[in-house]
Amino acid sequence: MLKYTLKRLAQSVVTLLLVVTFVFLLMRLMPVEGYFGDRSDKLTPAQREAILDKLGLLDPWYVQVGNFYKNLSHGDMGTSSVYRVEVPVIEVIVPRVPYSVAFGLIATGMSLVFGLAMGVHMARHKGRFWDKTWTAYVVFMNAVPLAVYLLFVQLYASSLLKLPILFDKHDWLSWILPALSMSLGGIAGNALWMRRYMVDELNKDYIKLARAKGMSSSAIMVKHVMRNAYTPMAQYLPMAVLLTIGGSIYVESLYSIPGMGGLLVDVIQRQDNPMVQALVLIFSSVGILGLFLGDVLMGLVDPRIKHEKSEGAR
Amino acid sequence: MTEKTNTGSEKVMDVDPGLFTFAEFDEVSSERTGYSDYSYWKSTFRVFLKNKVALMLLVFLATLILFTLIQPLLPGQKSPTEIYNDPATSMQLRNLPPSKAFWFGTNSIGQDLWSRIWSGTRTTMLIALMVGVIEVGIGIIYGSLWGYVRKLDRLLTEIYNVLSNIPTVIFLLLLAFMMKPGIKTMIIAMSITGWLGMARFIRNQIVIIRDREYNLASRCLGTPTRRIIMKNLLPYLVSVIMMQTALSIPATIGWEVLLTYIGVGLPVSIPSLGNLVNEGRLIMMSPELRYQLIFPVIVVSSITVSLYVLGNAFSDASDPRNHV
Repeated sequence: MLKYTLKRLAQSVVTLLLVVTFVFLLMRLMPVEGYFGDRSDKLTPAQREAILDKLGLLDPWYVQVGNFYKNLSHGDMGTSSVYRVEVPVIEVIVPRVPYSVAFGLIATGMSLVFGLAMGVHMARHKGRFWDKTWTAYVVFMNAVPLAVYLLFVQLYASSLLKLPILFDKHDWLSWILPALSMSLGGIAGNALWMRRYMVDELNKDYIKLARAKGMSSSAIMVKHVMRNAYTPMAQYLPMAVLLTIGGSIYVESLYSIPGMGGLLVDVIQRQDNPMVQALVLIFSSVGILGLFLGDVLMGLVDPRIKHEKSEGAR
Repeated sequence: MTEKTNTGSEKVMDVDPGLFTFAEFDEVSSERTGYSDYSYWKSTFRVFLKNKVALMLLVFLATLILFTLIQPLLPGQKSPTEIYNDPATSMQLRNLPPSKAFWFGTNSIGQDLWSRIWSGTRTTMLIALMVGVIEVGIGIIYGSLWGYVRKLDRLLTEIYNVLSNIPTVIFLLLLAFMMKPGIKTMIIAMSITGWLGMARFIRNQIVIIRDREYNLASRCLGTPTRRIIMKNLLPYLVSVIMMQTALSIPATIGWEVLLTYIGVGLPVSIPSLGNLVNEGRLIMMSPELRYQLIFPVIVVSSITVSLYVLGNAFSDASDPRNHV
């Protein structure tokens, strides 16, 4: 297991380096106006040149990549150019991490609990009223753009349920709508997956055998079906956290949550290149971390996966 | 025992040697033992037509698209970008509720919402269709190289890994942020991020089907590669391709709305469904102006939902396993 984990870790680090370098190089194409801040229009071409030169942006690309990694190794990701002028990017981002993490975890938790419950419910009522109702929900969530239905959640849920429309960290009621908004898509995905899984599994021979030998329905569910369902779920779980990133950028901005997603929208609108760069790299790395954790988790929960060659075993 | 073998070999000698020449491919005789009048596309449409909901949505969607196309040619239509002034006071006709002159009302600077919605639908559908076609094109080429050419497997897998490890939202935002806002930017950015799923689907399908027994058998019998692709592989892939194309359009529309919200979508001067939803969002807190959000949202949702359902229905219908 340890050997497998280390191997997978090394693989992830390589992917991470490749992705970060690729994204970094891609970002050399960002419009240069984003480096000058508010003074952009007043600068002479010579002054512009000087600023770019000072930032090292006129060096050949391999020098820039080298410098980037050198600075990164002592935690330097540049300074913000517009959002908070001359403040190191790291200082702006760090206080926002807990909010994003908290919401990501709550939303993933909610989408798992509600999604799996919904999926089981659908499978139990296959082809009947509840199955059709929840299927309609799933279709709706997958088809209607997220940017559209989340607006209506904010608009109507806040007035119907008397919940705050904007986020306030001291008011726990204001956590409900953003967390719900982030999990709606995940619920649909989980429910659909769980339903398909259950329907497939319940038709298999070993379930028929278990039933024939007189095992109770609930014991079959817990000991057989659920046990088998863990594995793909364990691998999928960190990916789910990754998927909430997509929702979180929009939701954080919609509810003014001081997290990283909302910040990304802000700095893109205000053209702050160093901030955009740092956030994009962070979000890209989170995804790779998620995939890595997924594989490790799957190795832990699935007894069928053997990572070392068992030569003695016949 | 020995006697029998001897007589057997003598009998073999008597058989007409003409039976042991290579046979030419003959469609009629090859179908003789099989299920005779099976046609892939005929069965696909038969299964599809059985799905009443999908059929209704297809008619609805076709009508909607046809209407969007001919709407500017109809009599009495207003320009989607012109700002209308009150002739008496020469003030802008802002935020007028739906009326006889302005069927869906006017927006916050006095433009006709009805014609803006149809113009926006044209823009958005154009983007979505272009993106769909480009995605499928790149996806099929990349996916089949990935699946067939074993030497390229390593390289193409690496490229795929790097690109697919960047969250789509982030990648898309970055691309749109780097280029000048416009229709071309949207198409390029969404095509670059969108083909990955398609390529993986195609690759997986090809790897699975490539070495199936019936393909081995076909190859052993000397079936030309072209016919293997056309008759053995393509029918399986068509369902995947169709579904991906149909599903990519709602996804593109969704991304358009999101990118516009973030501020890297189309410029405000080009009406699009994303722009309209975003304009509606700005005034959604005043209930009497909410119609400016509701109308575009109804159009967006009905298009995306029908395409999503249609895509799934067609993919079911085009799967040969669902044909009897």
